[in-house]
This record gives sequence, C-alpha cells and structure tokens, in this order.
Amino acid sequence: MTFAITQARLRALLPAISLVAVLVPILCLQPATMSYFGSSLLLNLAVPIVLATLAQLAIITVNDLDLSIGPFVSLVACIGATLLVKQPWLGVLALVGCVLAYAAVGALIELRQIPSIVVTLGLAFVWSGLAIVLLPSPGGTSPEWLGTAMNYQTPWIAAPIVWSALIAVLGHLLLMRTSAGVRIRGAGGNPRAMRRFGWSLVRSKATLYGIAGLFGVLSGLSLLGLTTSADANLALRYTLLSIAAVILGGGEFAGGRVSVIGAVLGAITLTLAASFLAFLNISSDWQVGMQGAILIVVLSLRVMLQRGDHQ
Amino acid sequence: MGEIKNTPETEETGREALIRFHGIGKTFGRVRALTDINFSFLRGECVGIAGHNGAGKSTLMAVLAGVFEPTQGHIEVDGESLPGYDANAARHAGVRCVFQELSLCANLSIAENMCIVHPQLRGRGWRRRATALMREKLEEIFPGNGLSGNELVSDLTLTQRQMVEIARGFTITDTPVRLVILDEPTSSLDAHTAEQLLAFVRKAAQGGITCLLITHMLGEIQRVADRVMVMRDGSIVSVLARDNLSRKAIILAMGQHLEVDKASADQRARLQRADGPEYQWALGAGRRTKIDASRGEVIGFAGLAGQGQTEALLAIYEAATSRGAGRAKVAFVAGDRGRDGVFPVWSIAQNLDLRWLSGGMAEAGRAGAKRLPIRGLVDFAAARAVVEAWRVKIGIRGASMNAGILSLSGGNQQKVLFARALASDADLILMDDPTRGVDVGTKRDIYQLVRDEAAKGRTFIWYTTENEELTYCDRTYVFRSASVTRLLHADECTEEALLAASFEEHAA
Repeated sequence: MTFAITQARLRALLPAISLVAVLVPILCLQPATMSYFGSSLLLNLAVPIVLATLAQLAIITVNDLDLSIGPFVSLVACIGATLLVKQPWLGVLALVGCVLAYAAVGALIELRQIPSIVVTLGLAFVWSGLAIVLLPSPGGTSPEWLGTAMNYQTPWIAAPIVWSALIAVLGHLLLMRTSAGVRIRGAGGNPRAMRRFGWSLVRSKATLYGIAGLFGVLSGLSLLGLTTSADANLALRYTLLSIAAVILGGGEFAGGRVSVIGAVLGAITLTLAASFLAFLNISSDWQVGMQGAILIVVLSLRVMLQRGDHQ
Repeated sequence: MGEIKNTPETEETGREALIRFHGIGKTFGRVRALTDINFSFLRGECVGIAGHNGAGKSTLMAVLAGVFEPTQGHIEVDGESLPGYDANAARHAGVRCVFQELSLCANLSIAENMCIVHPQLRGRGWRRRATALMREKLEEIFPGNGLSGNELVSDLTLTQRQMVEIARGFTITDTPVRLVILDEPTSSLDAHTAEQLLAFVRKAAQGGITCLLITHMLGEIQRVADRVMVMRDGSIVSVLARDNLSRKAIILAMGQHLEVDKASADQRARLQRADGPEYQWALGAGRRTKIDASRGEVIGFAGLAGQGQTEALLAIYEAATSRGAGRAKVAFVAGDRGRDGVFPVWSIAQNLDLRWLSGGMAEAGRAGAKRLPIRGLVDFAAARAVVEAWRVKIGIRGASMNAGILSLSGGNQQKVLFARALASDADLILMDDPTRGVDVGTKRDIYQLVRDEAAKGRTFIWYTTENEELTYCDRTYVFRSASVTRLLHADECTEEALLAASFEEHAA
C-alpha cells in the first residue's frame, strides 16, 4: 500500500524531477545561469511557451487536441505587429474576434460531433493564411507598451520565472480548485454523466476553447513583445511543443486528467532542454533530434511509473 | 381481488403519489422502448422493478431522471403536470439516480464528484462542505468503509466506486431527496456491503424516501420491495403487492419459464462414445490435467470463480489453433463482452459474421452459391444471408442489422456473440461464462441453442459460475487451484456434489 502511494507521488513529482534533471547539468556547465541576468536570458522565451501550453491544456482537458495553436499564436503576433500599432481599436477588435472564434469552434465541435483534430488542422491553414495576408514578409513593430511590459524588471527574481509562477498558480486555482473548474474537468472525465445531470457540454467546450483562445492571444502578444517584430511562421513549432509540454506535465490525451502546474513545469523544461543542448556544444543540426530523444525518455519513464502503479 | 391493479390509488395505501406517469411512451428512431406507461410512485415506498434485459427498465428510469424526454404522455409531480420535465426539473422534484454503468468522473476526487450532482456546491469552502456531506452519507450507508473523500475515483476499486455512486445519490444540499432510483446497485458490491445497502434502503423508505430498485437478483426485490413492477417489451405487465410476492410469481409475470426441457440424454448418448473421445487435451503444469470430449457432447467447467477454468479454455483454444495433432475448428464465446467480445464501433452484422469470414464462408460458397466467391474477397451476398438466417434464429427484433452493436441491450449483444461462434464452421465451441449478467429469458434462448447445436454434433466446453447451468452438461470437470478435482456425470451433478468438489484440496 505504502509502495503504491509513493509510486503515485513519484508520478505527480515527475514534471519537477525532469525539470531538475535538465536544470542541474546546466548549472554545472554554466554556473552564471543562476544569476538574475543569466536566468532571465535563459528563460526569456519561456513565457509565450507557457501560455501556449496552457491554451493546449484547456483543450486537452476535454479530450480534444488543438493542432492550430502554433499558427494561431503567429497570427496574433502578426495582428499585434500591424493592426494593433496602426489602428489600435481595430487591432483589439481583431483579437477579441479571435477569442470568440475559438469559443465558436469549440461549440461547433461539440454540436456537430466532429473530431477536433480535423477542425483544428483545417484552421491551422486558415490562421496561417490570414497571417500571410496581414504580413506578407517578416517585419512590423511591436506596440511600445508591449515591449515595456515584457522587459519589465522584477525585483530579486527574473521576470520570466515570476510570470510563469504567477500563471501556474492562477491557472491551478481556477481550473483545479474552484467548483466551476471541477465541473469543466468533469466534462472531460465522463461527458455522458455530465449531460445526464443536466450540464451543457456545449457550454463547457465553448468555455474551454475560449480560454484556449485567450491564452493563445496572450502567448502571441508576449512573443511579439520579446521579438519586437513578427512573421507568419514565427511560432509554428508551438503546436507540438505545447502538446509535449502538457503530456510532460502529467496530462493525458483522454479522460480529462491534466495538471496546470505540471504543464507549466513541462513547458519550462522543454525551453531549457534547447539551451542545455546548446551548452553541450551539440551542433544545431542534431539539436531538434536530441530534444525529441529527451522527450521520449521522459515520457517512457512516466509510462513505466504508471505501469508499476497498476500492479 | 383476483385481477392485478396497475395503479393502486391513494386511498388504498394511505400514501400520496409523489410522481405520476400518464401514458408515457418513448421511441428511439424506429425502436419502441416504452409504450403507454401509467404508474404512480408513492411517498416512502420501495418499488422493485423486474424484467429481462431490454424490457425497458433502464429507459423508464432515464425518463424519470429527466435524461430522456418522453415522446408521449406527461409526468405529474405532486399532482401538478410538468411539461418540460428534464434533468433540472427532476432534481427540483427531489429525484436522484444511481446509474448502472456508473456516472462518476474518474479524473475527479470523491468530493469533487459531488459538485456534478449539486450545483449548489460553489463559492468559498465548497470542497469542505462536499467532503463532509459525502463522508457522512458513506458512513451512514456503509459503516466502516474507510474512505476519506480525497481519493481520486480512478484509484478506487469497482466496489468502492459503486459505494460512492450510491452514497452520492442520497446526499442532500438544498432540495430534499424524495425519490432515489437504484439501477442494479449491488452488481459490483460484495455480500457484506450489499447487505448494508438493502438495510439502508428499507430504512430510507421508512423515512419517507421513495426507493426504486432495479435488479436481476429477485431475492433482493423480495426482501425490500413493497410493490414490484414487472416490465416486458416496454410496458408494465403487472404490479405485484408485497403479500403475494414470491420468486416464482415474479418470474411468471416476466413471462419466462425456468423449466427448459433438458436435452434427451439418450439422444446424445448415441452420438458419443461410439468410437472413443474425439478430443483429448493434457493441460496445466506438467500436463497433468486431462480433459476429453466427444462429438456432440456438452462439457461443463465448474468450481469457484477464478480457479483456472478460463486459463484451461485458453489452453484448449491454443492447442486447437496450433498446428499438430490436436488441431480442430474452434470458436470462442467470451464472457466479458465489453472487453473481449464486442467490436463497439462495428455494426451488428459485422460483429456477427466475423468468425464466419475466417471459416464457413468458403464452405457456403461451395455448397450453394451460383458463382464461386473470389478467394480473399468477402462474398457480401452470402454474408447477408448468414446474418439474416442467424437474426431469425437468435430472435433479434426491432433493430436493423446495420445499426451499431451498442444499440442492442446487453443480453442481445451476448446473443450476437453466440451467433458469431455458431455461424462459423467450428466443431468445437468454447464458452467462458457466457451468461454473466444476462437475464433469464436470454439464458433460456442460449441453452436452447447449445442443445440444438450439440444435437447436430458440435462439441461445447462451457465454463459457468452458475451451478444451475451445469445440469445442461453431459459431464462436468470441477476445478480447484488450476487443476481438476472431480469429474461429475450428468446424473451425479448435484449442488452438494459440486460444492464438495469445489472445496476439495487435492486432485481425485
């Protein structure tokens, strides 16, 4: 019995353990990364990835998958770099429209019972197309306030860490602790039961997709604030990165099992893994492949722990 | 009296009606699930509901719980007609439902599952309130359960889940609980917890909560019910009062007769033993378990559950499908149909002719078809003929054979699995407790099929946990700790002999 409990705990701790496993070698190789400036540089790009991961997590909660989050984040960055600078009102309107579109897609998927993968795969091309229409070649500028916000210097601890922690705690409270969050997760755990007790699955899905859209918009804006210019292909890799981060953080594709804090840790781990490989002087040709290898190792570890749990 | 009254009224019992059904009907597409139901659920009574699988019990309860809207008729609550009766209206009326296939969210904790049925649990401290409510009810119904309320449902055993589901049905936030539907509540409970539940149901009924108990365990109904509603083919066929309640009366009303004329033993005796046993196997560790069977024989596997009977069946299957001396044409009927039997997204027809495709199709082609089927391709015309023939034989009505298999009730799904095995060219049919969770009527059909097919020369090996079924077997091997302790012939296969052999420690 006690063994089973330690196994379950170990599984819950796995996101933190994998983060440490990546962090410790980095600190050994480059002790300077522990400093305020070093950590801020290292985790610079973590915030948009964390936000995109939470967008993906919202959708995985209801057993769906969003294959369009990368192009969507790129589109938001393009809107931010063009409309939001030239015609702020129109820009804000466009972003609000994006969030509403996401919510509408969620409702549609539930109403018509279409597989989310099909819908979001199609949407990925729509978002990419719109981004290219807005910004045919890389460029544009970030609104001034956005750059200021992203470069804001927090005291003591580097800003990306503070933001990530804040987002993690807030997300955890909303989705895991409130009764509304619990009901929304219930829609992923046993949709039939939820419908039986009179809850609207359409509303749950629309809410979660809307939340995903909101996090996607925040992700795109924060990315723009960091890069100061946009490109229609800016964040394409976020799609797979966000899925990997959710799974790394203890989420599962089916059954509504997700962990907000785990997913945030997973996103940070993946951000660090790239730097880790750079520190090891691994040529950039091999880095992507190595990142995949790390992912496979961590995920297999999780499966093994789960199997031990069932025995 | 003499005649059965379908709607005993207030003055007769001195209780008032809580919910009244007036001419309720429900159709799903072309299938009529309920027809013209008139019934009054009185305050503080316990109504037992009996009927075979597919009789409409679960549908009726789903209408009462507001899950399905009736296509005809109307529902009255406290004497007032409610037109848009849905899940929320049912909740306001104090109706709760404990579903057969549990309605807990496995990804949430026990306490978190509370807020799915109670919209009032919100705001500050909802979690604490939910935990307290749940623990109190669990302790009241199942004293000494040892659950804290913080466990994830996915970490619980099936029994514990059922306990949580039941306790949740009785918890109260703002609307009082006035009627609780218990759909097969004891199916996963052990004897001890089932006892606790039945005692609680009686107590709750005395306390003014109407309890509806749907179960195949007629003994449970007999013990706790004030009235028994018997359903057949989507309507209420009779309502039995407590005074003339007996197992026999309920079964009689269900329109089923337990007496199936046993296969004429001499007819089968002629088939067997003519030229020694057709099949012989040596199984288990050191190949010490010897089992033999002749053509046309029905062999039973008995003993306590999980004493290696299923493993023996699988070993026989392996021997029959591998190359070598013991090779035979074999088919397997799984007991756990959800896990091992049914292809959930396939149609009834596809589920039925699957085994036939890998043996039987070629024969059918040689025997009767005008043109020979091309090797490797499915002969659709012949497949349709096979499906139609077996549909008639196993008596599935109402549903189209192209509908999904899950549109059938559990008992009918099991019949399809039987037809799958029997439609093939197999001479040897292995059955792994195939009547688990199947109603009396379907069982009778299955016994009939086994008997008919055995008479045609097919051999059956039948593992069953119900000792009554062993009377249909010619010989019975009793298992204990993965080996055979006794071989009983049909005439010596009594309840006492079986029990004695089941608990025997050493092989005879």
